[in-house]
Amino acid sequence: MVTLKDVFKQLIRDVKSEKLRTLLTVFGIVWGTVAISLMLAFGTGLHKQLVKSTAGLGDRIVIAWPGLTSIPYEGLGKGRRIRISDEDLETIRGNVTGLKAISAEYSKSFRVSYGTKTMSVDTSGVAAEFGAMRNLIPQPGGRFIDAIDVHDSRRVAFLGEKLATDIFGTSSPVGKTILVNQSPFLIIGALIKKDQDSNYSGPDSGKMWIPLTTYHGLTGEKYVSNFVFQAVSADDTKALLKRMSAALGKRLRFDAKDKEALSMWDTTEQFVFFDLFMLAFNGFLGLVGVLTLVVGGIGVSNIMNVVVEERTREIGIKMALGAKQRWILTQFLIETMLVTFIGGAIGFAISFGVCAIFPSFGFTEYVGDPVVSPLVALLTAVALGVVGFVAGYFPAREAAQLDPVVAMKL
Amino acid sequence: MTIINMSEIRKVYDTGKVKVEALKGVDLQIHEGEMVAIVGPSGSGKSTLMNLIGCLDTPTTGCYELGGQAVSGVSRDELAEIRNRRVGFVFQNFNLLPHITALENVEMPMLFGGLRPAERRRRSAELLERVGLGDRVDHKPTELSGGQMQRVAIARALAMNPDIVLADEPTGNLDSSAGSDIMTIFTDLWKQGRTLVVITHDPALARRASRMVEIRDGRITADHAAAA
Ligand SMILES: Nc1ncnc2c1ncn2[C@@H]1O[C@H](COP(=O)(O)OP(=O)(O)OP(=O)(O)O)[C@@H](O)[C@H]1O
Ligand SMILES: [Mg+2]
Repeated sequence: MVTLKDVFKQLIRDVKSEKLRTLLTVFGIVWGTVAISLMLAFGTGLHKQLVKSTAGLGDRIVIAWPGLTSIPYEGLGKGRRIRISDEDLETIRGNVTGLKAISAEYSKSFRVSYGTKTMSVDTSGVAAEFGAMRNLIPQPGGRFIDAIDVHDSRRVAFLGEKLATDIFGTSSPVGKTILVNQSPFLIIGALIKKDQDSNYSGPDSGKMWIPLTTYHGLTGEKYVSNFVFQAVSADDTKALLKRMSAALGKRLRFDAKDKEALSMWDTTEQFVFFDLFMLAFNGFLGLVGVLTLVVGGIGVSNIMNVVVEERTREIGIKMALGAKQRWILTQFLIETMLVTFIGGAIGFAISFGVCAIFPSFGFTEYVGDPVVSPLVALLTAVALGVVGFVAGYFPAREAAQLDPVVAMKL
Repeated sequence: MTIINMSEIRKVYDTGKVKVEALKGVDLQIHEGEMVAIVGPSGSGKSTLMNLIGCLDTPTTGCYELGGQAVSGVSRDELAEIRNRRVGFVFQNFNLLPHITALENVEMPMLFGGLRPAERRRRSAELLERVGLGDRVDHKPTELSGGQMQRVAIARALAMNPDIVLADEPTGNLDSSAGSDIMTIFTDLWKQGRTLVVITHDPALARRASRMVEIRDGRITADHAAAA
């Protein structure tokens, strides 16, 4: 009766008696695991960072600006200014299919004062949907403008995080009252710090948002500076752009193909680019990974080959004493698996450690933080283990198939 | 009872270029309780014959029965079982596993034979005690003298209580005093009723056996009971 304990005892002996070889094998697997899981970890981190900083602008939105017509339309000459009102956008909202959200944006600079501080602040009047579309996430304890604020023309304001600290320092701005063009406004929230690598009217950190109805009251302005919308499905954005131009063109009388009457910035194009870029990048990493595996695998299999050669005599002796082929092979299988397991575990621990300390180096803004996927680490270790096993198994089987005398003499 | 029954055994080593006929038709019967010494010049085929008896190697042609069981044509696993249960082998160069203790070396055949760990340990310690190594159970082979290593090997050969113990020049690597100690252990085993086959170059040792078989050039040239 061969117990598991026997197998393990034997294994520990083998490992002890061949320290260098075992060390090399473990090192090969550690190296492979670390190399591949770290590479993919950095790939994942970079992708997340790219998506995150692009998403700083918004969640796959389109930004549209009305301008001057450049194509004559139904008897109207070119150079006519297109003006869009809230009412136009409301009509569009009902008429265009595949539109998830839309919000006008009115922009102007206001004088903001609090205590003795006075400053000029770029302010936008927007609808409630604007916050979610533009990823304007409030810090804990605050909120963005909601539908009731808009309906009741409330005097409330949402601040960019830099603006909030400029005015209030480290204390929380929520619930404080500021003066906007001499009128008191209640602050309902401030933006969390976010990465934003692109913008169209200055970064969000220094801006202020108020309900568009309140904005009308303050300025009397009736036409939007621009508007922002989002498709139900991001893939549909290209087609939605066409439907939007057609619907607005019909209502405001301009050619749907007139890119200057209504210019639009489709931010989803960036995502398409990033997805392509990441595909290529991951392909490259995958290739390097496979090569690493092959090199690591050759290393492991070389070592296992040497092991079997060294051990042929020992295998012969064991067979002379009555060991069956199965016993010899099981020994190798378990040994390879254990070595792989230990190597994989160490490799994973190293990768995990690198990922844990990486954020403290301060490169996060450029390359993101690497994220180890346990699955990748596991698969790598398993793949190396399989190579090692195959490499150890076949020579071991060959040795176990020799007549004991022959094996003992080798 | 006949333990070994060989007829017309031939062994040809085919090394590719040359074929060496190491055994040229050997007939041999060995009975229970015998102690057989095999003698003969170097290269005459003694080790070849011994390896065939011990099922470490297979004959090219011929019939071989061990304990009434035909050995030719059985599977590798069955051969392993025969080696494990019926034969105990003692080699000239000991063939102990270097990284494990004397006790664990003696346990080896019992491990393959499927004995429980406690039983293995108990029996292994008892056997080492019997060959006079009760105080060396935890030593590794490298920490033992040649004579002591050969005694570990004898204990290992007895581990599964085999039908027959085979020894190929067991004293060949030992000085004469250690060698005669080992021979004494063998003769004691024989007196206790064991069946033994021993290859030796030493005529004095051969005379201690109950029967002497002489091999020359792959054939048995003499086979007679010893004077004693
Ligand atoms: N594996 C082998 N391949 C080829 N020839 C072999 C092999 N083993 C033995 N021989 C040859 O078979 C013959 C018998 O060898 P064997 O080892 O049986 O002799 P021996 O009587 O034991 O000699 P010694 O007393 O020197 O140990 C020799 O000629 C030897 O060269
Ligand atoms: Mg010999």
